[in-house]
Amino acid sequence: MATGTTAAPARHALPFPVAMARPAALVERNLRAARHYWLTFVSGFFEPVFYLFAMGVGIGALVGSVDVDGREIPYAVFVAPAMMATSAMNGAVYDSTGNVFYKLKHSKLYRSVLSTPLRPWDIAAGEISWALLRGLIYSAAFLLVAAVAGFVPSWWALLAIPACTLIGLGFAAVGMAATTYMRSWNDMDYVQLAILPMFLFSATFYPLATYPPALQWVVQATPLYHGVDLVRGLMMGDLHVGLLVHVGYLAVFSALGLWATTRRIGTLLLT
Amino acid sequence: MSLIRATGLRKTFGDFVAVDGIDVEVAAGESFGFLGPNGAGKTSTMRMIGATSPVSGGELTVFGMDPASHASQIKARLGVVPQTDALDEELRVRENLLVYGRYFGLTREQVRARTGPLLEFAQLTEKSDAVVESLSGGMKRRLTIARALINEPSLLLLDEPTTGLDPQARHVLWDRLFRLKRDGVTLVLTTHYMDEAEQLCDRLVVMDHGRIVAEGSPRSLIAQHASREVLELRFDVADHAERVEEVAGIAERVEVLADRLLLYVHDGDGALETVAARGVHPLSALVRRASLEDVFLRLTGRSLIE
Repeated sequence: MATGTTAAPARHALPFPVAMARPAALVERNLRAARHYWLTFVSGFFEPVFYLFAMGVGIGALVGSVDVDGREIPYAVFVAPAMMATSAMNGAVYDSTGNVFYKLKHSKLYRSVLSTPLRPWDIAAGEISWALLRGLIYSAAFLLVAAVAGFVPSWWALLAIPACTLIGLGFAAVGMAATTYMRSWNDMDYVQLAILPMFLFSATFYPLATYPPALQWVVQATPLYHGVDLVRGLMMGDLHVGLLVHVGYLAVFSALGLWATTRRIGTLLLT
Repeated sequence: MSLIRATGLRKTFGDFVAVDGIDVEVAAGESFGFLGPNGAGKTSTMRMIGATSPVSGGELTVFGMDPASHASQIKARLGVVPQTDALDEELRVRENLLVYGRYFGLTREQVRARTGPLLEFAQLTEKSDAVVESLSGGMKRRLTIARALINEPSLLLLDEPTTGLDPQARHVLWDRLFRLKRDGVTLVLTTHYMDEAEQLCDRLVVMDHGRIVAEGSPRSLIAQHASREVLELRFDVADHAERVEEVAGIAERVEVLADRLLLYVHDGDGALETVAARGVHPLSALVRRASLEDVFLRLTGRSLIE
């Protein structure tokens, strides 16, 4: 612990490329490991795409269009941003919980990494950067597919890619922090317990206005809602100040996760 | 110049005292050992030196730096071989070296240039593309050592380097470590094997219950705390203490173990003759040179490996 906290001030003095050199070594490690497991890597792309066509095209044929703030929108256009935001969440959570738990408890990877100049912060930054890079590729690919299918009405949609990176940052950071508290693989079920309701109820499949006012507040408190609404605003070209609130919420969510993860790795491994 | 300097060094985990105020100094080029049974505080000491465990009390400097404030700088110059190999099983043999080198901020060219000779050194050149899981225990250990050398450390920390290896694998490993020592790498190792300490250490401390109970070269410790030779006598009795009377006066000191008597003597063969002359007939008798095992037994009243 003492080593982690006292080393921290030096980090802020470093210019960005130098400060990221050590986390980058861990990203490189993950890239090498992924080469041996490339199939898992590729499969991450299909999940949101399958959802998009199942929901957008399949259900969309039954639903027709949805009413958002008085506008009639084809269901596929409505649901595509939600799928993109959700997959950013799922990917980040997947990488930062199961994968991290394995490295923390079973392979003891972080223990040997901490024998080198890398610090807890570098591990947090490296693992999360890796999750984000992976998510970035998926987001870009998804956007391309959705655009080609004709579900993306605005060029502002390009900003949905960095927005998804922010969603990924938040969920990866908080997910990794949560993982440091897990004792066994059984605890992984709690992750699903948190993720699944968010996936279903964060104004993903139908507009927020569908809920009674009291429930709307509950939905608006969850991080995925902010992610979905941000991505939807950008993909539909519907820019407003409210999007900045979403960005702010997700930024704070990310910062908390990063802080907690760094602290916990130090507490667990530098004993 | 001393690479490691500890004064009154302590490590506590809650109420448990793992290291209880030890003074240690290790000079550059030296081979230094911490000898003691499991739970003596060796690993805790090594982890504090490796800057992965905060010091609970006393003072510690490594390369003249404080681990609390200069952990990364210290680690940059250290090679660490932990008790369990902790290799990266998601990577191949060669990749383990490449990636580990990158953690030290080495360029890709540097790590590539160092990987070949290190695989050679670890006798793993033919296994360079193998999956780590397929390696034998001895191979994994050698890979861990090669990995620890990727940053060309001036100080190598080895925690129980040969525990769990078969005799042949141990001898191969000792040979590799001996080469490093010859090349001027400072070795600090923990062990509960006497033969290992005698093979590899110029100087060592004997630890027990978190304290240092003796210090010196293997030879001087034996001279100081044991006799030149040891006569081991085995009798057909449940309790060897019954037979102590019969050999009284022959040795400087007699130690009673569960399965034999140890007679500390200057001349083992002479003592055996005396035993025979008294009409005492053990099941078996063995004369050997005194070892660090005897030193430990003398100092703590217990043997190292139960």
